[in-house]
Amino acid sequence: MDRGRSGVSASFLQELELPPVRPGADEPGWLSALRRRAMDRFVETGLPTTRDEDWKFTSVSAIGQGAFSRPDPNAVYAASRASLHGLQFGVPEWSELVFINGRFSAELSNLPDPSRGISAQSLSTVLLESPGLLEAELARVVPIDQAFSALNTAFMADGAVIRVAPRVQAPGLIHLLFLTDASAGPIVTYPRILIVAGESSDVSVVETYASLTSDVYFTNAVTEVIVGQNARVEHIKIQRESERAFHVGTVEARQTRDTRFRSFSFAIGGALARTNIYSVMQGENADCTMNGLYLLHGTQHIDHQTRIEHAEPNCTSREVYKGVLDGTSHGVFNGKVFVRPEAQKTDGKQTNKNLLLSEGAKIDTKPQLEIFADDVKCTHGATVGRLDEIGMFYLESRGIGAALARRLLTYGFAADVLAEVTQDPVRAQLERLVFERLETSVR
Amino acid sequence: MLEIRNLRANVGDKEILRGIDLTVNAGEVHAVMGPNGSGKSTLAQVLAGHPGYTVTGGEVLYEGEDLLAMEPENRARAGVFLAFQYPVEIAGVTNGYFLRSAFNEIRKANGGEELDPLDFADLMDEKLKLVEWDQGVLTRFVNSGFSGGEKKRNEILQMAVLEPRLAILDETDSGLDIDALRIVAEGVNRLRRPENATILVTHYQRLLNYIVPDFVHVLSQGRIIKSGGKELALELEARGYEWIGGEAA
Repeated sequence: MDRGRSGVSASFLQELELPPVRPGADEPGWLSALRRRAMDRFVETGLPTTRDEDWKFTSVSAIGQGAFSRPDPNAVYAASRASLHGLQFGVPEWSELVFINGRFSAELSNLPDPSRGISAQSLSTVLLESPGLLEAELARVVPIDQAFSALNTAFMADGAVIRVAPRVQAPGLIHLLFLTDASAGPIVTYPRILIVAGESSDVSVVETYASLTSDVYFTNAVTEVIVGQNARVEHIKIQRESERAFHVGTVEARQTRDTRFRSFSFAIGGALARTNIYSVMQGENADCTMNGLYLLHGTQHIDHQTRIEHAEPNCTSREVYKGVLDGTSHGVFNGKVFVRPEAQKTDGKQTNKNLLLSEGAKIDTKPQLEIFADDVKCTHGATVGRLDEIGMFYLESRGIGAALARRLLTYGFAADVLAEVTQDPVRAQLERLVFERLETSVR
Repeated sequence: MLEIRNLRANVGDKEILRGIDLTVNAGEVHAVMGPNGSGKSTLAQVLAGHPGYTVTGGEVLYEGEDLLAMEPENRARAGVFLAFQYPVEIAGVTNGYFLRSAFNEIRKANGGEELDPLDFADLMDEKLKLVEWDQGVLTRFVNSGFSGGEKKRNEILQMAVLEPRLAILDETDSGLDIDALRIVAEGVNRLRRPENATILVTHYQRLLNYIVPDFVHVLSQGRIIKSGGKELALELEARGYEWIGGEAA
């Protein structure tokens, strides 16, 4: 095994050399073969370094040096319903799949009624009950050529499979809640999600990554979204991991004709977090919207990479990412928009705006537009600013103290992108998280 | 209530106020007039604590306290209010939330109880009537996308809610059509109390047809060069600023 390039410590590699969570006997041959290929690929690439263009501003060496074990499959992690309360949305009609330390918890979950054309099951259940079903779909949207996606593919143990039948409009939202309890020691989980939206269907999915403790652990997640013709998928990711945790997650959608994919990425947690949101528009007249908000304080490092690929004509994309950075935190935004030669009449717009609240906070923003077609309308831009002195004076001149004035202006900065979350209970939770963060850290 | 003594202030290295003396008592309305660049807006902003100006000399006593030593928010909590010439747009914060935050911060500072959203809504019903406005303005973001007239009206709404003891209106009449001017002026008149005072900073006499001042002061090159009663404003209107030795309007 060539460990030269990987930068992975011996302890982590030992973990990697363990057999997959599910022994081969339980598993279809195609899956074992897929894991093997993914593992081989990972060994070939190793963990990325800052010499890799895609990881220029984010060093994952701390992950490589960490000694994360996979959670003991026999351990019982007690999470009470009450402890989940602040992580949920309080809408009884919505479905929810709860995962504790990577494992599906049937008793805490509330599955949709499959007779209505929507099914949401745990990955482990699907693999056990219909082992052949996922062969044609898994690892097709997210390839195994990136280190973390390869690792996830090699070691995925559980997650969710969501299927919406053609022409079915999911009445509520499906919430996937990944909760980590690493109080017994640093662990790593590999959540894997597959969303398949049939032709002309409509579904909204929220993924939450959270912890009830402030321990060290590593989440490495992959979500694949297949958007059938004329279907609409809304995907919201809420990353509120422990502030000592590591998080690397990729969400990738494949859009066909007349599809709409709306993504929102909210990131507030993690010591070191990287979220990739990708979409490829492979059919005409598709629409892709990617929005996000990241709030950093202390020494947090939060990185977003987005990629929108216009592969066919007449597609539109809209993207707004905003960041608020305090303390000595470090934010990264890299938004790529590719317009292939065939993709005439592309209409793309991308914006990244950042607000620095402290002298020590830092943002690396890199909007990237690569256009190979000639009849397109594309714009992009990035800004980095501080709180407006005259805005502060205006609020203060009304009796509002400096701390509250800073919070109001900061909230106001983030408000328009939060308004893009159209599901009211989800937006309310995010607004509350923003308020709470500003109350504790913006003084 | 307010005593300004030999006040001097700069923007950067440029001296704008060059020794202002002015005394304002409770119950009085003072108009500060003067051509562009005479320093009248600077005077208003220095009194409110604008960070862009440096006071280089003199003193300002408000209710016997050193006003210039107070932070802007503490001036407001003590009852000083500046209606901005150019109100600031604050996207993402609703007017209602802004007004309630300001109201409660001032209340708390003065040892009062905060009003909850329901009680505050009742208060707003009454205040909105003063400026002939409806509830819709409370859910709009502060001054965002407001017309010039709406911004000025919003300043008077804030004044109505915060009930200052000393209100300083900086060019509140500029850019208003006749209807907006009437609404704004009537709002100010209805807020007049014997225990309060008002300073109107204006270039034109027009506003003074609606809000009648007790005293008129003419500012030129950072100094008050003439003071008189309300008839002084009419004379300025008729004869221009040059008549009293000020620079051309």
